[in-house]
Amino acid sequence: MSGVNDFVIRFANVNGTGSASANFLFAKTVFRMGVPVVPKNIFPSNIQGLPTWYEVRVSEKGYLGRREGIDFMVAVNPQSFKKDVASVNPGGYFMYDSTKVLHEEFIRPDIHYIGVPMMEICNREFSDARQRQLFKNIVYVGALASLLKLDFAEIEGLFAEQFKGKEKLIAPNVKALYLGADYISKSVTQYPSFYVERRDLVGERILVDGNTAAGLGAVYGGASVVSWYPITPSTSLVGAFEDYAKELRVDPVTGKNNFSIVQAEDELAAIGMVMGAGWNGARSFTATSGPGVSLMNEFLGLAYFSEVPVVLVDVQRSGPSTGMPTRTQQSDVLEAAYASHGDTKHVLLFPSTPAECFSFMSDAFDLAEGLQTPIIVMSDLDLGMNDHMSEPFRWDDNKKYNRGKVLNAEELDKLKDWGRYKDVDSDGIPYRTLPGGHPTKGSYFTRGSSHDEYARYTEDSDTYIRIMERLQKKMETAKKMVPAPEIHANGNALGMLYYGTSAHACEEARDLLSQAGTDVDTMRIKSFPFDESVREFIEAHEMVFVVEQNRDAQLRTLLINEMDLNPATLKRVLHYDGTPISADFVLKGILSHLQTKSH
Amino acid sequence: MSYTKPVFHHPHLTKNELGYTKKDYEGSLSTLCAGCGHDSISAAIVEACFELNIEPHRVAKLSGIGCSSKTPAYFLNNSHGFNSVHGRMPSIATGANLANRDLIYLGVSGDGDTASIGMGQFCHVIRRNLNMIYVVMNNGCYGLTKGQDSATADKGSKAKAGNVNPYEGIDLCGLAIELGATFVAQSFSGDKSQLIPILKAAMSHKGFALVNVISPCVTFNNNVGSTKSYDYVREHNESLGRVDFVPLGEEITTQYEAGEVKEVKLHNGSEVLFHKLRQDFDPENKIEVINALQKARSQNEILTGILYLDNSGVELNDLLNTTEVPLNQLSEKELCPGSAVLSEINQGYR
Repeated sequence: MSGVNDFVIRFANVNGTGSASANFLFAKTVFRMGVPVVPKNIFPSNIQGLPTWYEVRVSEKGYLGRREGIDFMVAVNPQSFKKDVASVNPGGYFMYDSTKVLHEEFIRPDIHYIGVPMMEICNREFSDARQRQLFKNIVYVGALASLLKLDFAEIEGLFAEQFKGKEKLIAPNVKALYLGADYISKSVTQYPSFYVERRDLVGERILVDGNTAAGLGAVYGGASVVSWYPITPSTSLVGAFEDYAKELRVDPVTGKNNFSIVQAEDELAAIGMVMGAGWNGARSFTATSGPGVSLMNEFLGLAYFSEVPVVLVDVQRSGPSTGMPTRTQQSDVLEAAYASHGDTKHVLLFPSTPAECFSFMSDAFDLAEGLQTPIIVMSDLDLGMNDHMSEPFRWDDNKKYNRGKVLNAEELDKLKDWGRYKDVDSDGIPYRTLPGGHPTKGSYFTRGSSHDEYARYTEDSDTYIRIMERLQKKMETAKKMVPAPEIHANGNALGMLYYGTSAHACEEARDLLSQAGTDVDTMRIKSFPFDESVREFIEAHEMVFVVEQNRDAQLRTLLINEMDLNPATLKRVLHYDGTPISADFVLKGILSHLQTKSH
Repeated sequence: MSYTKPVFHHPHLTKNELGYTKKDYEGSLSTLCAGCGHDSISAAIVEACFELNIEPHRVAKLSGIGCSSKTPAYFLNNSHGFNSVHGRMPSIATGANLANRDLIYLGVSGDGDTASIGMGQFCHVIRRNLNMIYVVMNNGCYGLTKGQDSATADKGSKAKAGNVNPYEGIDLCGLAIELGATFVAQSFSGDKSQLIPILKAAMSHKGFALVNVISPCVTFNNNVGSTKSYDYVREHNESLGRVDFVPLGEEITTQYEAGEVKEVKLHNGSEVLFHKLRQDFDPENKIEVINALQKARSQNEILTGILYLDNSGVELNDLLNTTEVPLNQLSEKELCPGSAVLSEINQGYR
């Protein structure tokens, strides 16, 4: 059984009952007590009435991945009782609403039961039906706070922040909190062996979701035109951009917006607008998920071939097709890398934390304009929609946007011979002009059909090959501009390679392996195309475990395909049930490969 | 961005007020079939821009895919062009317009590009009242793939191969009015005298302007039995009367009898004069316009002229309360809130 500041609690609720904010209140209180937390929302594709779970891992050691096994279950949804009872670790706790008697089929001899008559308390203390519902959630937070020794002053402080401007809501919330706590102190004699104790382990870190971080990163990165089509789990990213833009991007004198946001009719139009704006010199982005990327393939091919800056965020969810819209996965890697027909290739960024969502997003605009091509930020539902403890957002005020190779009128006048697709600097990146820039120079025809260096239509084979090879050269240049992998190597024979949200589980698994006597080197991929250090890492190891959250080992395929690597050295560790990956899973996967090897 | 003054030396050619000759508005040589209606429309666009004294580089030409969408290469060589993907020109135009609201956005599309694959984007760009001119070069068939019926082919119209179209044809003008278009005109590629003033009015209108031009396909849809052949359109063209476009600052010199002419002032101060041939028709009365269109359709007439004009519409940038400065000209100063603000934001997540 777990100990001080080391346990997992799960809340089983009905969605649409206001439980999410109460559950977050619990997580935030632990965070405010200086103890690292890992909250995960496991929710249905539904607005009201279906089971939903919220899990909080409390980790003194600061591990930020999921941990399997539930030490404490707060079960307020009879629909899922059976599953909830079964998921509790032996010796764990099961707290439920004892207004109704718990049926004996839910009784397990090896776990502890704590009944709190939540509904009875609320019906007695509150008259309004909605309040009875909402405060039931606060009553269980109060009960938990008492059982797990949370700091009540922190909770009350959070109420004060939450209800700023609506102060009359503070008192009934505090009342509900103590109703729960008082019930526990009067009725419970044996407290759990695990609880929360104040520490100073959080430092300057923040608790925020990746979508908010990426939306804010887009504001800082200078995005001014946004078009999007609602799709889970990306919707809140544009919502965050809009909220921050309204706060930070309205001209104080005129009251006018220094941005525009259009909700498009579909994903095709969304990326079309982004492309139109990018062509015309504004920084622009859209956010979607896998199904949206499928629809955007056509425009991604056009943007690649006609060399227009585009920033796209793919907040990945479980596919294929509609799949599990509210479950996480990393299963769009191949789709994104080679989106669209013909020979195409796109630059991908793989953030692992909200801080990286912020910085990769703001950098994506420099990359898109610098390289004149689509940049796809590969987030996922776990990163985008769950709160993560993260390094704070940072910005250097001396930083200037890299607007790329754009010629103004004076520069055009100085040039004798300008061609839109000429490789002047031998880096594969041509010079572009913007509409309206010069009365007689610099106009050209952007097209998805084959063109020569002067943007003229051509079906000449040699010209076509020249252009295609230059685009390839541009990808070589991209390798020097994208974030390099993070490598921890000590000359071990075994390596572990991962990206995105698998990072936390993998880093914990590395420690677990080390404790068991097996040391592995690690490499976290942050971008595609891969640079030489990726090859060097893989070739320096006897065996490399490639950890991914998809069925088909997509990044592994991409590695083999792009670098002609020996597939035998790359071992798959694949998690794709839709929940965030855990260290236990990674460990088991690696150990099973090692056992196979020793047989 | 900065602009350089043009220097032109064409002593023998007539110049407009800006000193440009018509040559400055021309494009590359057309590769369409000889006699294609589309080439006449391109010529009308050149003429309209020249007469309106538009700086060619202040126009952005946008198109989708198809014969019609090739035409931006055949006019306004000094304008940036964007030949996008099939049926998606409206979204490119929308993004471009949001990025720089100061340019003139001239979209060119066809009946396949608009009424089939692009129907969704066509409808939504109208709803948003994007400030653009949307020219449909409408020939009722897919020329580039050798003559299949398009969705605007009239029911009962006969194709060159002899097959008769069994499906209803889509009336783009009626649809556009229904969707809230603020300027809807219909014309015929063979009637330059009507088409040029219509294009000039469309370019001066603030908001979405649809110009649906019946433009016969000489190769695949100019046969007897087709309702989009030159002969058929000439015979069934029911003009709503002459349209005159009077630019800002020019006086209306001719005197008209009361009720003979209706004047409508556009946002930029220029005026459109409707010479009324039909007393029952008011281009600002949506219900009358819809009635007239339905009636014409039932009588196999093609109504031409400016069918509908609404000057009260608010274009997209204004709907969104976007700054007057083109967004593509904003720099770090306006775009980036800086590190001090970010520290406060971080504090909010602790």
